[in-house]
Parts: sequence; structure tokens; C-alpha cells
Amino acid sequence: MSQSLTKNRNIELIGFAILAVLLVVVLPLSLDIFRLNLIGKYLTYAFVAVGLVACWGYTGILSLGQGVFFGLGGYCMAMFLKLEASSVANTKIQSTPGIPDFMDWNQLTELPFFWVPFKSLPLALIAVILVPSLAAFILGVAMFKRRVGGVYFAIITQALAAVLTILIIGRQGYTGGINGITDLRTLLGWDIRTDHAKYILYFVCCAALFGSMFLVRFVLASKLGRILVAVRDTEERVRFSGYDVANFKVFVFCLASAIAAIGGAMFTLQVGFMSPSFVGIVPSIEMVIFCAVGGRQSIIGAVVGTLLVNWGKTLFSESFPELWLFFMGGLFIAVVLLFPRGLAGLVTDQLLPWIGRLSGGRRQVAAAGSAPAPAPAE
Amino acid sequence: MSLEKRPNGLESPLRRKLLLGTAAASVASLLPPRAWADAFPTAQVNTTGLAVTDIDVTVGILHSVTGTMAISETGSVEAEKLAIDQINASGGVLGRKIKFIQEDGASDWPTFAEKAKKLLVNDKCASVMGCWTSASRKAVLPVFEQYNGMLYYPTFYEGLEQSKNVIYTGQEATQQIIAGLNWVEKEKGAKTFYLLGSDYIWPRTSNKIARKHIENVLKLKVVGEEYFPLGHTQFNSVINKMKLTKPDVIYAIIVGGSNVAFYKQLKAAGIDLSKQTLMTISVTEDEIDGIGGENIAGAFACMKYFESLDNSNNKAFVSAFHKMWGDKTVIGDVTQAAYLGPWLWKLTVEKAGSFDIDKIAAASPGVEFKGAPEGYVRIHENHHLWSKTRVGRARTDGQYDVIYETADLMEPDPFPKGYQ
Repeated sequence: MSQSLTKNRNIELIGFAILAVLLVVVLPLSLDIFRLNLIGKYLTYAFVAVGLVACWGYTGILSLGQGVFFGLGGYCMAMFLKLEASSVANTKIQSTPGIPDFMDWNQLTELPFFWVPFKSLPLALIAVILVPSLAAFILGVAMFKRRVGGVYFAIITQALAAVLTILIIGRQGYTGGINGITDLRTLLGWDIRTDHAKYILYFVCCAALFGSMFLVRFVLASKLGRILVAVRDTEERVRFSGYDVANFKVFVFCLASAIAAIGGAMFTLQVGFMSPSFVGIVPSIEMVIFCAVGGRQSIIGAVVGTLLVNWGKTLFSESFPELWLFFMGGLFIAVVLLFPRGLAGLVTDQLLPWIGRLSGGRRQVAAAGSAPAPAPAE
Repeated sequence: MSLEKRPNGLESPLRRKLLLGTAAASVASLLPPRAWADAFPTAQVNTTGLAVTDIDVTVGILHSVTGTMAISETGSVEAEKLAIDQINASGGVLGRKIKFIQEDGASDWPTFAEKAKKLLVNDKCASVMGCWTSASRKAVLPVFEQYNGMLYYPTFYEGLEQSKNVIYTGQEATQQIIAGLNWVEKEKGAKTFYLLGSDYIWPRTSNKIARKHIENVLKLKVVGEEYFPLGHTQFNSVINKMKLTKPDVIYAIIVGGSNVAFYKQLKAAGIDLSKQTLMTISVTEDEIDGIGGENIAGAFACMKYFESLDNSNNKAFVSAFHKMWGDKTVIGDVTQAAYLGPWLWKLTVEKAGSFDIDKIAAASPGVEFKGAPEGYVRIHENHHLWSKTRVGRARTDGQYDVIYETADLMEPDPFPKGYQ
């Protein structure tokens, strides 16, 4: 058994290495900056998917509101960039120079108090992680301590996504409303819109993504990870064994949210704006789909799934602007019907045993076959 | 002159050039397409590497054909394709046929930004017709400015914007609001107004301008102002408030699907639009399609274009549109404004004698389009259009009777002094 675990770990490391070579070497060399920037954008969703692997795939907490945390992280970053772009010199045609343009349109005459900390980059970066984690912590404590779980939790997270969207759209003087926070230009004087900056941001995004992937992998491989799996499979038994299940759930939910928020901040930097269309219910569910397509129990699978789905989205919508949604729908149905464990499941259940058979290693096949079956989806 | 046989829209810049006696141009205009390329060699008219060849030129169409905005934006796509067809049939732009690449913004602002970038960076589109909501325009604006593209934006909108890289073929807020309020004050003797709107930047900015005009210029009274989230469908409480305050005019800037609920509930509450004056700047023939003519008949709309407009340009436009897209289609204000985009671009390119964005941007002010279905338009220095404001009254069949139009073209003023 320990031998097969080592083998699985090796396979996983090989997977990480292949993905790293693909993202850091192959794609930047083979794609022009426009396409590479798109990949960078898709990778920011992959943060959410990686978080979902920990939270949903391993702990069984299905959150349909990850867009909230992605959005909060993105907004924190956008607030800093917007303040930098709204210098008095840039906004002198406004009735109140020095505040963001949308505030001026909404008759605000001074910066709201909660915008003030975002004048400082360190505070903004802390907020990127802290604000979404705090939101997740409050929601997690409120729900999990009361033993609300499963479908009910999923519905609450959806409600949260809806509430936050309405709040952002409704308070447009403070948030930019449905337009979002647009026209972001520089980060500490460094123009983020140039091709050069896009390359750098892409690599920063890759680095942050791999950092997050290793963090999640570290957590899941530790004893803590075993408890999380146990919570997913038989929550009651873990509780009777003396563990406070709620604390573990709150932890993993906060972890997933913080990672999603980093993705949101990277999104803002690379795309140059943030809008409530990432906070709502639809994008939140889409992000779950990315994770499901890739395989919700595989960190690499989640990243690959996110890349493939988004690539397909761009490709189909460019080739068939009026029909592409049907293709996407068909693809999702096909994946769910044919590979319930996602693409990663396809690799570990079908491809690897097949390679094993080819190389005649019958023992390993038996080992892979005896791996515990995954729990059914919630 | 052989030019006289050409459709109206082709006349102005080309003709001026001919009258000036530019021999090359006058010969070129009479020659088959191949010769155009000789008179205007590609290397000369396209110095920045846009998608222009000797025989064709590529433009982009960027609207939502899926998602919640598809229902509104489809008309714009249809109008733009019609205009491109007609331009190609009459000889193209500087002798080059227009090819278009259509992209779907999917009612999602970041997608708009992504697709805009694709059209400019990958496809090198010589111009892009597109966007509808303010949010989508705000999302693509930095892209157009960074990569130096040219966007023809069709929707009436809140103003507060002006860019070298955008031609706004719809009205900015003051063009739509001020003349209508003046009219309602004069004709209906209105004294009190109740302002309503969906809660986002366009209705809020428009109502701000309306309030300033009502209070500061007309010296009348606003008795209420309320906003509703997009998609809101419960208007009973505000209808009750209006029944209590009895405003002379209900000024409604409600958008999208909410309109259906709003006008049905107004009718159900016994507010008879043949007696109660209601003015809207957000309901075109397209929206009436959903609301139902019987629910809104009697309301006044302030636009620059109505399908029922009686002039020869419009008759030709309406019949061509119906021929191409079917008799059941209706043409709203924005659809007509979208139709102007390709034509204005063609006229500007031919005035500039170049496809270069910088030259088009500089040549745009003063370009006039006499073939416009709305009558006549001209591009202002601020890249908006001079156009007339009209008031229409909704009929039960979903069309408007045009009952008033301003004598002169209204000047576009995206940063109105005293209204901010």
C-alpha cells in the first residue's frame, strides 16, 4: 500500500512538472501576448478551482458562492488601482478632482471612509486576503457551528452571491455599480497595460497559482487532510471521535476563499477592471463546473479543467458567435455523463491502468483498482 | 454627373472632393474596383497595418447575441449588417468591399473587453461597430484607447465621456432630455414631475439632468424620484405613491424586462395613459414588442428616431430592413443609430482618404450623412452626433406617432455645464 502511495505521489509530481513546463515555457513561447493574456485570465479562475478541490472535492462542502471571494479579492485590488488612477491631475475635469470618476458622477464629494485604507498598497494587499477570509470565516462559523451543511449550505452561499451583487450594483456611488471599477492603469507608477507588463503579470500569476497548488497539496497530504476526507465521508464518526468538525470546515472554507481572492486580485491586474458580473450566481456556478470538468479531487485536474473549458469557450464563441452556448452545454453534459470524476478521473482510472497494462505491470493495476471509491457528489 | 445616381449617403465627402476637382479621385470613382486600389494604393491608405487589402477591408461587429442583452442588441447587429451590405453593393469603401468578423459579447462586460482586444490585436479590424450597455462600453474603452481602434457606439447613453477612439452615434443625455421636457412643459402645461429609473448609471445621470433642468431652468417641481434594481417587477408601492402625489408628468427611465411589469401594473392600477402624461426615454419600438402596445398606448417617448418617421430615407431604410430581416422585425432608435455606424465610418474614411485611425479620428468632425433614416446627421468635434430630438406617442399597434420634432439639430454636450 505504501508503495502505491509513493507511486501516486510520483505521478502527481510528474503532473505538476508537465503543467509547469506547459504554462511557464511552452505557452509563453508559442502564443502571442493577446492569447497569453487570455490564458493568464483563465488561470485566475483556476485559483478558485484549486480552492474548490480542497473545500468540495476533499471536504465535501459544495460552495456555489466562490465568486463572492474571487470578487472581493478583485475589488480590493481594483480599489487600490482605481485610487492610483484617479490622481488629481488625471481627474481635473470632475467637480471633485481626486476621487474616482464614478463617485463624481454620483454626486459624492469626498472619498468614503472604507476606501481610505486602499490608498496604501500593503494595506490593499492585506485586504485582498483578509476581507474575503473574514467574510468566509463569519459565514463558516455561522453555518458550520449550527451544523448547516450539504445542499442548505450551497443555497446559502448562492444567496450570499446574490446579496453581494445587488449590494454592489445598488450602491454605485461607492462601488461603481454595474459598470464595475474600470480604467485601471498603473501599479505604483508601473503601467499594467503594456505588453511587457502583461508578460510579467502572467508569470507572477503562474507563480502564485503554483504556490496555491502546493499549499493545498501540503494541507491535503497532511494529517489535517485525512481528517478533512473523513469529514466528507462520515462526518458523524469524526465528531464522535472527539474532533470539532465545524472548525475543520471553517478552516478549509477560509482557505478556499483566500485562494479564490488571490485569483480575483490577479484577475484585476491582468484584465484591468473588476465588475459585479464575477460576483454573482452564474460565475460562481461556472467556477464549480470548471472544477468538476477537471476532476474535483485533483489539483492539477482542476487547473487543466479550467483552462480547457475557458479555451473552449473562447474558441467556440469566436467560431460560432450565435451557437457556442449549445456546444458548451453539450460538452458539460457529455463530461458529467461519461467521466463523472472529471478529466483527472479519466487519466487515473483509464489512461494509467492502460499504460500499466501496456508495460505489463499487473501488480500496479491491482493497486490502482483497489483505491477507495470516491464519495458520491453532494 | 454619374454620382447623382448613387444612393444619398455616398454623396457628401466624395462629391465635395470631386467638385474641388481632384482629378485622381474623380477618375477613380468611375472606375471598377481594381482601379480604386491604384488610385488609393493600400500602402498609402493604410500605414498602420490594419486589415486592409487591395480588394477588401475587415471591420468587427461586437454585440451580445447570447445572454440577457441579446434581445436588445440583435436589432443593432441586423442594422449594421444591412448597412455593410448596402455599402458593398454601392462600391465599398475606397473601392474595397467590407468583410466583417462578428464576435459575441455574451452580455458579459469582461467578455466584451476580451473580444474587443481580439478584434483589434488579432484581426486588426479597421473599425468596430458595437457595444450597447454603458457597462460594456466602459469595459472596452481602455482597450480601444490602448490599441488605437475606432468604435462606433450606437446607444443613447448618459454622456460624461468623450474619446478620440469612439464615435457615439446615439444621443448623449441632454439631447434626449432637454427638448422633451421643454415640449411637455409648453404643450401639456406640466408643473410637477415624478422621476423613475432603473438603478444604474444611465437612468441616474439622466434623471439628474432632468431634475436640474426642471428645477433650475423651467422653475418647476420634482415631487418624487425613485430607483429600482435591474429586473425589478414590483411597482405597486411607487404606483400608489404617484396616485397620492398626482404628478403632472411621470418621467420613466426603466429599462429591460422591468418595463413589462411596470406598464402592466400601471394599467391595472387604473392609471390611464391617455389622461396621465407619461414620458419615457427608454422605451423604443423594440421594448413595446415585449410590453404589448395596448399596455403603453398613449405614453410619450423622447427619441431621435421612430420607425414611423415620414421621409424618403427612412422609407427606403425600413423597407430594406424588412426585406433583409423579415416583416415582423421592428426598428427602434438604437437600431437606426447602429445603421449609421458603418456609413459614417465609410464617409469618414473617404473624406480622410485613409483607413488610419488617427486620420479618421481627425477627419470625423464635420462628416455629414444625408442618407440617415432620421434625416440628417453630422459629427460634432466631440465625436457625438448633431441630431434632432423627437417626441412620439405610442399607438396600440406598437408604433409611435411622431408628434413633435425640434426645428434645429440639437448640439451634443456630453459634459453639460450646470447639469452636473
